[in-house]
Amino acid sequence: MKQLMTGNEAIARGAWEAGVKFASAYPGTPSTEILENLTTYKDIISEWAPNEKVAMEAASGAAIGGVRSMASMKHVGLNVASDPLFTMSYIGVNAGFVAITADEPGQHSSQNEQDNRWMAKLGMLPMVEPSDSQECKDMMAVAMDLSEKYDTPVLMRITTRVSHSKSLVELGNRKEVPLKPYEKNGKKFVCVPANSRIRRVYVDKRMKELAEYSETTPLNRVEKNGGEVGVIASGMSYYYAKEVFGDKASYLKLGFTNPLPAGKIADFCKSVKKIYVIEENDPYIEDEVRKLGFSPIGKGVIPSFGELTPDVLRKAIFGESLPVMEVGADRTVIRPPTLCAGCPHRGVFYEMGRRKNLVIAGDIGCYSLGFAPPYNAMDFNVCMGAAFGSAHGAQKAFDTDPNNQLRVVGVLGDSTFFHTGLNGLLEVIYNKSKVINLILDNRITGMTGHQENPGSGLTAMGEPAVESDIEGVCRAIGVKNLRKINPNNLTEVKEAFDWALSLDEPSVIITRWPCVLKKMTAADKAEFGVCFNTKDRVDHELCIGCKMCLKSGCPAISVDKKAKKANIDPNQCVGCDVCAQICPKQAIKKVVK
Amino acid sequence: MTKSIMLSGVGGQGTILASKLLSMGLAQAGYDVKMSEIHGMSQRGGDVSSQVRYGKQVFSPVIERGGADLLVAFEEMEAMRSLPYLKAGGKAVINKYNISPMPVVSGVADYPDGLSEEIAKKVDTTVVDAAGKAVEMGNPKVMNVILLGATVEMMGLNEVDWDAIIAENVKAQFVELNKKAFEEGRKLVRK
Repeated sequence: MKQLMTGNEAIARGAWEAGVKFASAYPGTPSTEILENLTTYKDIISEWAPNEKVAMEAASGAAIGGVRSMASMKHVGLNVASDPLFTMSYIGVNAGFVAITADEPGQHSSQNEQDNRWMAKLGMLPMVEPSDSQECKDMMAVAMDLSEKYDTPVLMRITTRVSHSKSLVELGNRKEVPLKPYEKNGKKFVCVPANSRIRRVYVDKRMKELAEYSETTPLNRVEKNGGEVGVIASGMSYYYAKEVFGDKASYLKLGFTNPLPAGKIADFCKSVKKIYVIEENDPYIEDEVRKLGFSPIGKGVIPSFGELTPDVLRKAIFGESLPVMEVGADRTVIRPPTLCAGCPHRGVFYEMGRRKNLVIAGDIGCYSLGFAPPYNAMDFNVCMGAAFGSAHGAQKAFDTDPNNQLRVVGVLGDSTFFHTGLNGLLEVIYNKSKVINLILDNRITGMTGHQENPGSGLTAMGEPAVESDIEGVCRAIGVKNLRKINPNNLTEVKEAFDWALSLDEPSVIITRWPCVLKKMTAADKAEFGVCFNTKDRVDHELCIGCKMCLKSGCPAISVDKKAKKANIDPNQCVGCDVCAQICPKQAIKKVVK
Repeated sequence: MTKSIMLSGVGGQGTILASKLLSMGLAQAGYDVKMSEIHGMSQRGGDVSSQVRYGKQVFSPVIERGGADLLVAFEEMEAMRSLPYLKAGGKAVINKYNISPMPVVSGVADYPDGLSEEIAKKVDTTVVDAAGKAVEMGNPKVMNVILLGATVEMMGLNEVDWDAIIAENVKAQFVELNKKAFEEGRKLVRK
């Protein structure tokens, strides 16, 4: 019987069936579950790398070493990993090598909406684009074969809806692919210019051969429904188009999208009177169609951003919508994401939000939410690992004013520190800015749903690992001023900031307390004791209804407007005591069992 | 003809598990099924929705505005938020249960009144107290399976062995409780 799988599950299954033996990734929505699912196949060495670049490098090395390998990441992760990927394009492979980029039209959980199909062109890489889970599984095998046949990494491009929607998949068996003998071959594998210039010629020849493959592969197929309307689409856009055009259009469904099949596209365009190109984000296919001398309907009417869900498409193309019951704006209230009750980031954002003359450079993680009320404690954030580097530049800029009073704080988490934050700290130390570098170590990669990292003491497969010591790393790269604090103790937090601000040189503050949602390991229990199992409550005799406790931004606290008293939801509270330290009347007390 | 069911609620209410069981049951009954959900930043305390589509051949996993045959809201205000997705002639099941969002908790906004009543004026609406039923059954967490039972009853999906689906996907010690919860959910909307 067929199985219901997400695209991410199906990619993992497809990798297993295709004989993959090594997989590496860095977590990032919507790609995370690919590697999480790979860890369930014991024939595959599955690893979380410190960042996407290292994941790509590790998978590259494994492919050179002779096993089928893969690296998966979100779209912005490929920016970090493009350096090894684009030169692996020249080097080629020994055993098959597939890189996966999970793009985010609509930016459900991302800082930008870049269309990584251009990466395939830029890197001169063949690209496949599955539309559903069955294709995710099947295309892994095709991509591995192509990689070996054409001596190239293959890029698989998916989007959020392909990753996170479930559809039915026919399963197959694993094809065992024996270890390919490794032979020393400097002219191929060592990319010094003399060798690389020769490989450049090969890349050109390869892409010409792949252009021929693109014309004949069944991944690019025509579905003929008369000669009036023709739709060209790839990925999830194909299904959105089918939903809207149904059988009133012919389709050129593209599954192999670099190089695009110029001949097939031209033939298809000639066979219909009206051509539509349906694609999310950029006019990647449309540009090619226009280059061939055709004038399709595309980005002139279809939005270049957001998802092209059937309603969006129907409206853009036919100017129609299904009848919709509109809802007045006053009939719903937004539910902004918040730091969880018991989140160990709460104390520092509370403290930073109260201070004047702080400019806070944030990073990517749960702590990005520090920008929101009631903290308003973030001025900018850019990308993974940018906190310390961007803080450094901002501090240098402010300090060109001799009367500058502003101090810059860079804030990131443990996994982000290991990702690329460490490099930013080197910048601060080496180039001497007085940035306050805050590392929120919650013992896990939080935002993406709890993946292990080099500091957490476990591997992706759940085996014990060396726990990299953040303090030791900081000291080794030259940090002189360092404090480790408990972020739930507001006195410690306040004193740490007073101390750091009194210094005219860089400092590091490391908070160390586990994520409230973390599955506590034996090591966590030994270090932190039994936490998260007490409750705080409000003594209504003492509460004056001043709402100071709301400044903690804790979702467990509410204020009864009529009674003018605060309440704490016992189902959410885990007894972190941050609110109790804020209350000016000491009205919040630990519940004694 | 493809049918579309939208399940909406608040992160942590178990909408995704309910949708998963629903989709598995539909697949077992021989339908083509697609299910879509969004993970990520909204998972804690944010509004979440999962969408299930089934039929002979399903194209889009996403329901378009005005396209759902049935809206199952695990929380009252989420029924209102998802209402634009419901077909004009569609049906709504609303769990009479309120979870205050942050702006209400912090006193900046009020939780709107009369939501279920307003929806009932527009479409065929069944209001249920799945939360109360779950508490009555001794475990508030089975609210999602009660609502799954209600969904199945509303859609008349009787050709599926739901007990087997529950047994395969729920921890052994909770199987009997969940089977009972499922049956209670069916009873809540049975006319």
